[in-house]
Amino acid sequence: MSLWFPRLASDRVLRTRPVDGPFALTLTENNANRLYCLNDAAERQGLYRGMSFSDARAFCPDLVSLPARPDLDRRFLASLRRWATRWCPWVGIEDRDGLVLNITGSAHLFGGEAAMVRDMRRRFPRAGMTVRIGLGHTRGAAWARAHYGQGAALADLPVAALRLDADTATRLARMGLRTIGQLSATPRAPLARRFGAGLLVRLDQALGDQPEQIDPVQEPPHYGVRLTLPEPIGLESDVMAAAGRLLDRLCDKLRDQQAGARGLVLTVRRVDSHAQDVELRLARPMRDPARILPLFQRGVAKVDAGFGIDQIRLEAVQVEPLPAEQITQAGRRDPGRLDDLITRIGTRVGLENVQRFLPADSHIPERSFTIAPAAHAQPQGGWVSQNPRPARIFPPEPIKATGNRPPERFRWRRMALTTGRATGPERIAPEWWLDDPNWRSGIRDYWRIETREGRRLWMFYTPQNPGWFVQGEFA
Amino acid sequence: MMFTPALTAYPLLPARVHEVCGPAAIGFVLWTAQQMDADLLWVREEWCPEQLDPLGFGSFDPARLVMVRTKAQTDTLAVAEEALRDGAVGLVVLEITAPLSLTAGRRLQLAAAAGGTTGLCLIPEGMGSNAAETRWHCAPVFDPQDSTLQLWRLIKNKSGTFGGWLVRWDAEARCVAVVSPAGERPGSADAPG
Repeated sequence: MSLWFPRLASDRVLRTRPVDGPFALTLTENNANRLYCLNDAAERQGLYRGMSFSDARAFCPDLVSLPARPDLDRRFLASLRRWATRWCPWVGIEDRDGLVLNITGSAHLFGGEAAMVRDMRRRFPRAGMTVRIGLGHTRGAAWARAHYGQGAALADLPVAALRLDADTATRLARMGLRTIGQLSATPRAPLARRFGAGLLVRLDQALGDQPEQIDPVQEPPHYGVRLTLPEPIGLESDVMAAAGRLLDRLCDKLRDQQAGARGLVLTVRRVDSHAQDVELRLARPMRDPARILPLFQRGVAKVDAGFGIDQIRLEAVQVEPLPAEQITQAGRRDPGRLDDLITRIGTRVGLENVQRFLPADSHIPERSFTIAPAAHAQPQGGWVSQNPRPARIFPPEPIKATGNRPPERFRWRRMALTTGRATGPERIAPEWWLDDPNWRSGIRDYWRIETREGRRLWMFYTPQNPGWFVQGEFA
Repeated sequence: MMFTPALTAYPLLPARVHEVCGPAAIGFVLWTAQQMDADLLWVREEWCPEQLDPLGFGSFDPARLVMVRTKAQTDTLAVAEEALRDGAVGLVVLEITAPLSLTAGRRLQLAAAAGGTTGLCLIPEGMGSNAAETRWHCAPVFDPQDSTLQLWRLIKNKSGTFGGWLVRWDAEARCVAVVSPAGERPGSADAPG
């Protein structure tokens, strides 16, 4: 079955703002403002699609017009498609303005094909939609009937009903082949030579000699649940209880899809229609209601209930796959507790501010590790360093010294220090493939200086640009 | 063999908040975390120019560290309190930049007791809170042989006496070892055996 909405775009607009009299949508294409879609009244005035807008205004001065929005039309068609699954589960989108339904096996639920078509003809006009319905044993035949005569025999329809482009249809008409019946009676080989294989494919598809599938669009699962309350509530414990019920439903859905929520939004609507959002970002994808619910406590406590809350909506705005896992006794401690703690801290200071160190492959001390948000990084091993490194590093601080040997005495941070033992040098060359302004001074010879006063410093000398700097301190 | 005074108040009293100051305070934290064999949560303000280098942690595994960057001390205290009360990590370290009020210090103590977690405040010298259980001053000490030698001074103790000890890190036993006063300790040049 094929459904064609010849006035999809204008019907969409007129549903929300009805206009009496001629109405048209205009679209600017190739530098010309042309009519894109128009209603019945406008067509009766003699206007047609593709007419330039200024001509149309001259014909019909009281024409009401609006700019067309093809993107909204596509979305509208997608929602129509979703609605059409009420008749059968196998619904695909055809072009810009049509639907195609495989009603085999579902027509009897409505009392046969005729009754189903009657049902559609009743419902679509009620929704403000002009629809043309074509029934056929193949997708091509249904399309042909929807667009060119709804009850006609396929053989009597014009060749353009085979979904051909305008050029081929004209050339066929010039040869005297006007209907599908004439075309199918013509020898195939000369047709294929003259018009290419595409014409015969279309013909076979319409006649059923060649199969053609319908691509039913898979609905992405929707992770949103809501609860409307008969009486407004205001207590924090009540809101938490309601959130708990929603969470149970949402987590069931997540479990079915083997997914876990990473970000949740609890929208609380008050009696006066004022809505407040409680956002929750989790450190790990989760779907355990008992663990998620306490994490909402802090956000829910901040909600201003006003005169009461009568609707609560919970949506998982960020969902990640979370396959079911075998529960084992292995593992020393429960990693879930730490994740919950990270989530709670994250709601206060921002989840990106809870971080972990990850090893990185570089000899440059500042780049030998990276810092990543703990919520998105698993702890990693592989911390190796050939030479001792200080526990804390800071931007290099210059000291007064000369020569390539460590100074006997120097001042650092207003302290007079004496070198007791110096270990080194360890030469580190800058990474030439990265232009790091801190390493413009060239290669560095790092020394570990243990001072007689106690402090153990990490200093370096830059031979290409003589100077001594302190960069770190050992624990 | 000379008499070596025992290290009192260490290992730290669990489920309390302690304070550390001095140039080797980070060493104190890392040694404590290793000796406790605990996960570590480190809370500091984001503007600090100094940063930790995980490659310098010695035998402490950086994978067991979670860092939290906060905007202000209020956040630092709130995060630390939350973590202490939760008990998911064994040791919570917070860096203090302004003097702590008695109320704030007391709140941390209550949270630590509730969660059974040990807390460590890294304080600038002289900025301690009266609520702390103990306060340590740690400074590195020069030693020709040993480059982990430190002098730990116990400068506040709610339940005992003060003291000062020369300590070093014993890598085999993974614990803090007290070193007897100079000349007599094992491993030094003129030790008897």
